[in-house]
Amino acid sequence: MPKALRMRPVIGHDNRPWWDRIDEGELPIQRCCSCGTLRHPPRPMCWKCQSLESEYINASGKGIVYSYVVVHKPAVPGYEYPLAVGLIELEEGTRIVSNIVGINPEDIEIGMPVEVSIDAVDDEMNLPLFRPASR
Amino acid sequence: MLTSIKNECAIVGIGMTEISKNSGRSELQLAAECVLTAIKDAGLEPKDVDGIAGFTLDHVDEIEVARAVGIPELKFISRMPHGGGQPMGLVQQAVMAISTGVCKTVVGYRAMNGRSGARYSSGVADGAETADKISWGWYTPYGLLTPTGWCAMNTQRYMYEYGATNAGLAEIAVTQRAYANNNPNAIFYGSPITFEDYHNAPYIVEPLRLYDCCIETDGGAAFVVTSAERAKDMPHPPAMIRGAAQGVAFDQEVITSYYRDNITFLPEYDLVAKQCYAQSGLGPDDLDAAIIYDAFTSIVLFQLESFGFCKRGEAHEWVQGGTLGIDGRLPTNTHGGLLSEGYIHGLNGLCEAVRLLRGTSVNQPKKNIENMLVSSGAGMPTSAMIIGKM
Ligand SMILES: [Zn+2]
Repeated sequence: MPKALRMRPVIGHDNRPWWDRIDEGELPIQRCCSCGTLRHPPRPMCWKCQSLESEYINASGKGIVYSYVVVHKPAVPGYEYPLAVGLIELEEGTRIVSNIVGINPEDIEIGMPVEVSIDAVDDEMNLPLFRPASR
Repeated sequence: MLTSIKNECAIVGIGMTEISKNSGRSELQLAAECVLTAIKDAGLEPKDVDGIAGFTLDHVDEIEVARAVGIPELKFISRMPHGGGQPMGLVQQAVMAISTGVCKTVVGYRAMNGRSGARYSSGVADGAETADKISWGWYTPYGLLTPTGWCAMNTQRYMYEYGATNAGLAEIAVTQRAYANNNPNAIFYGSPITFEDYHNAPYIVEPLRLYDCCIETDGGAAFVVTSAERAKDMPHPPAMIRGAAQGVAFDQEVITSYYRDNITFLPEYDLVAKQCYAQSGLGPDDLDAAIIYDAFTSIVLFQLESFGFCKRGEAHEWVQGGTLGIDGRLPTNTHGGLLSEGYIHGLNGLCEAVRLLRGTSVNQPKKNIENMLVSSGAGMPTSAMIIGKM
């Protein structure tokens, strides 16, 4: 039986550029071309100035754990449990949900510095994952 | 012109099926049964109903209900999105339709085989390119798949910022189980838990343990709203609707509004609280009891703070020592709530609120219940109402 895979994101107009950059090994943040507001998750219009023009910058990949959870149940095929999911506040100011890896979930603390790596989680999908910062 | 919805309309009928883990019948049958029970409870016949309100998530169309129950004409149909966020939104729809003369009497319903059929705990699935499906894709690849997980994220940050332990959450879980212990219609009738049980239970998604999470059940619940004038002649004392509001706040997602400056409160609750208090002319000190949406224990804390029963960050302490119990300051979820009675998207709570005003709850507090709060689901477009005696 083939190994179960993580759920795929649905990709469309509004998020394809973001996922394309992940596949290129960068962690992108959408930026309004008109007023410079950063936004994540991406959306087609700037909530601040209503511009439809946007671009992507590359995040430094450094941030802190703003909040986190450890999923135990239900155990869905394709994931390993206990599964640490963090809300990461990037140093650019936006937040992103991702997994916190390379650490025992019991040792995770809010405020701890983390950094991204873009990892192939299977043959078809790359994800930005966060691990404790090397300092 | 109508300038306020206060006391224009009343809830005059309520109806529920039993709550179970396997109803053994269709969701349409559950809907038809609870709708008919609510109509009869109001002393009415199906022909007296000319409006209907439901959930977009309901699998049972309003025309199916009308055909099954024999409602001959409908002048008003309405459906509210976002599941548990909108049960009181249904009430607001009914009040607006009736007080503007669009129709006379509205029945609202929710019927679900939420245990034996499609379960919310199984998480969201892949699918076509729609804005909401794209939104799920920011969470699902990382395994954040269920409402428990989404809600746990805000809870963890709340606990961190305010130094809260699980003690307040345990208080809510144990208190509501004690209510369910007396309620023959509750899934957990005759099945109390102790604080020790709470703390020994496994985590579902840290920091939420088993008893922090609501159950999944089969069942149906319905209510009937009509004008205050007509309500005077109905068999039961009417539950006067003093205020009913909906709220969507800045940067709203469905439970994953993680990108706001502060995620330790839910501003959509502030918005519905402000409206309900303005409409009713009442404040938190005037409310004698509450039905507070409790898909998870922690969201009860967020709501107690937004509705002004205590200050921001203090609810985890405020609830301790029996505040929400039958003799406490604010008897809350006296049916056992979604945690321990059953999960019918908050309409079972609405039925209990009406029973408290009628004085017929199995857990009727000794004190007079003159006014009370009924709220809806957390972290999504939400709704609430304040009801009271005529
Ligand atoms: Zn802009």
